[in-house]
Amino acid sequence: MEIIKTDVAIVGAGGAGLRAAIALAEADPKLRIALISKVYPMRSHTCAAEGGAAGVIKSDDSLDLHFNDTVGGGDWLCDQNAVEYFINEAPKELMQLEHWGCPWSREPDGSVAVRPFGGMKIKRTWFAADKSGFHILHTLFQTSLKYPSIQRFDEYYAIDLLVDDGRCQGLTALEIRSGEIKQFQAKSVIIAAGGAGKMFPFTTNGAIKTGDGMALAYRAGVPLKDMEFVQYHPTGLPNNGILLTEGCRGEGGILVNKDGRRYLQDYGMGPETPVGQPVLKTMELGPRDRLSQSFWHEQRKGNTVSTPWGECVLLDMRHLGEKKINERLPLVRDLCISYLGMDPVKEPIPIRPVVHYCMGGIHTDIQAATPVPGLFAAGECACVSINGANRLGSNSLTELLVFGRRAAMSAIEHLQSGLSASNDTALSAQAKASEDRIRALFERNTGTETVAGLRKEMMHTMEENAGIYRTGEELQRACEKIAELRGRYANLALTDKSKVFNTDLMQALELGSMLDCAETVAVGARDRKESRGAHQRLDFTARDDQNFLKHTLAYYHPKEPPRIEYLDVVITKSQPGVRDYSGAKK
Amino acid sequence: MSEERQIQLEVLRYNPETDSQPRYQTYTVPCVNEWVVLDALNYVKENLDPTLSYRWSCHMAVCGSCGYMINGEPKLGCKAFIHEYGDHIRVEPLANFPIERDLVTVVEDFIAKLASVKPYLIPKEDKPISAGEFRQTPAELKKYKQYTLCINCMLCYAACPQYGLVPEFLGPAAISMAHRYNQDSRDGGRDQRQEVIATDEGVWECSFVGACSEVCPKHVDPAGALQQVKVASTIDWYKEHLMPWVKK
Repeated sequence: MEIIKTDVAIVGAGGAGLRAAIALAEADPKLRIALISKVYPMRSHTCAAEGGAAGVIKSDDSLDLHFNDTVGGGDWLCDQNAVEYFINEAPKELMQLEHWGCPWSREPDGSVAVRPFGGMKIKRTWFAADKSGFHILHTLFQTSLKYPSIQRFDEYYAIDLLVDDGRCQGLTALEIRSGEIKQFQAKSVIIAAGGAGKMFPFTTNGAIKTGDGMALAYRAGVPLKDMEFVQYHPTGLPNNGILLTEGCRGEGGILVNKDGRRYLQDYGMGPETPVGQPVLKTMELGPRDRLSQSFWHEQRKGNTVSTPWGECVLLDMRHLGEKKINERLPLVRDLCISYLGMDPVKEPIPIRPVVHYCMGGIHTDIQAATPVPGLFAAGECACVSINGANRLGSNSLTELLVFGRRAAMSAIEHLQSGLSASNDTALSAQAKASEDRIRALFERNTGTETVAGLRKEMMHTMEENAGIYRTGEELQRACEKIAELRGRYANLALTDKSKVFNTDLMQALELGSMLDCAETVAVGARDRKESRGAHQRLDFTARDDQNFLKHTLAYYHPKEPPRIEYLDVVITKSQPGVRDYSGAKK
Repeated sequence: MSEERQIQLEVLRYNPETDSQPRYQTYTVPCVNEWVVLDALNYVKENLDPTLSYRWSCHMAVCGSCGYMINGEPKLGCKAFIHEYGDHIRVEPLANFPIERDLVTVVEDFIAKLASVKPYLIPKEDKPISAGEFRQTPAELKKYKQYTLCINCMLCYAACPQYGLVPEFLGPAAISMAHRYNQDSRDGGRDQRQEVIATDEGVWECSFVGACSEVCPKHVDPAGALQQVKVASTIDWYKEHLMPWVKK
């Protein structure tokens, strides 16, 4: 087996991975950096983020306001020390991107423009039209090309971490083109491999969002934190789940039910604001969890519009006019016309909530460090946690940058901490075991299960039992079903026996990752007997700070369901309060 | 929407381990009319043939993974609508690239060319982060914005007759990306990029067929960028050779 020796290995080359790589290269040009990704960097799902990135820059804004919006938006499950670090670093990181050429939208005087987003008291979202994630990703990727010390391993799929002497010392990865397993020996490893939205059938997430990075750490003994918190974005196209950015509402789009009523006023987010004059932090600019939950109630009341693609409400942007839509929301218009055959300039667009983001992920501290020395994580795959029970729109792009860089700094501190020499024999033995595991899956001929079959059952289970509103009974069913599927996974046989670009094998490995993640979602949700943010229980409808102002930590077991432990939330200055999104009370 | 119809999906297959040359395989796929060709491929993968290999991810025409030749034209699989085609659709890997397997092509050449044009900001002036942003008016932004929209899908390389004939040609996307930075009011790196793009393998290889701009799913208009680079390079040449006393 080929051994590749490097100083820092990064798994994932989206926003967080690229930011980390650049930070490492800038800090010390002599560092050897291996940037490992199962896709070419510009295919990473950061590209699909539309609305923008939050960071305090304008004189009417303040760090305190960003802090309060984030912590309240997260229903007080955020670690407040992490949030403070995050909001402090945010403006610097966004400014750094400006200096690297990101085409941020501008004010007439040439300064960076900001737009309003849900759950914000002051508008603070930097944006590049409605392709912000795309531009951030390409700016980072192109900037990374400046640095010869960043060695890319494009289309390599990470298989297992190598943990010896109590610290992470590398990983194995499958070169997709050849089917060969390679051993990467690294002093520090950063996981930046994105979320796991593909556990669900109806999602804004791309095909690659299969929780591989989360599962990688989880199987190596790092707990996954707060996985039960899955964000539904309120406005997805009903036929395929394509995202219509929160910017639609930030620019003044309204949500109406089948009677034309702006129903959000019936769910504590009123009174109605004038059409085309959005008011921050109320009505359509309420937080995502509340908006998605309101949809669920409207559907129950029979107030939704029946479409060939299921029940919907309407996102009406007509009053914005063609000029503003073309200038601020060109992608949204294009997506509506292309994929739904409807033009937002001329007609209201049917939409419904869609799985969008994992608040949970690899347990890290404020330094982006996991409990395993030498292993760091950043971005959606990590849970720091700044997002708590519900992520504030436009905090995630900023999070990639702030904690991507932080992970790089921590990785450097670790490798300079006087590490003992690695035991090559032990590492190679682990790598061999990893290769054997893949070979066994690859060569198995007797299995009766298929990737597509198991995946369909998993997605169906998650959608039916772990959606916007949950019950103990349904969640128990999900736990049992996912455990069953994990058992049946052992009986999986591949049809494709080629070593070259074997996507049957890739999808089998991705399915394994998703099943591991899905079980932590189901078990964490079943055991969290309260309603908080994106986790809503019909049998425990209130937030319970007495028992659950805590993070869920799920620990891996190869055969059994995860072991659950709890960890206190870090509160520094904001005691849990009422989330108030009613405009009238202000 | 939603009326179903059957199509014959003819897909180029090639497995270097077992095939001496590419072959075609036809699948009967029940399609919903609003589907895109990528949906039909996914149907095959899930229901008929797990060995079919192709790249895809976002399904919303922004990640650039799923470029294929569809009935002979370079298209994104996620933006080629079934209802725009008849009952027989042929899908092949992007032209002008070596085939790795089935619809998967070897794209290193493109990536290397993109990297070669220094596609990053080379600032006119150094400025610390703490000094704030480089001011850029909406009009200045507009000057290069279009060229930032390239998703690196490589359809323009598959469409470019010149890239097919002369593999050394830098090609449409890489040259437009250089142009993007050259046109950015914050940038001062044009001279460095000219060394790469104002060469025989650069803009002068382009025969201005314009196919690149026709197939671009993001309306980047690489052909327009190439022509602007040619004009600017010509002016450079005249200044340098005929009016050496004038600074570029």
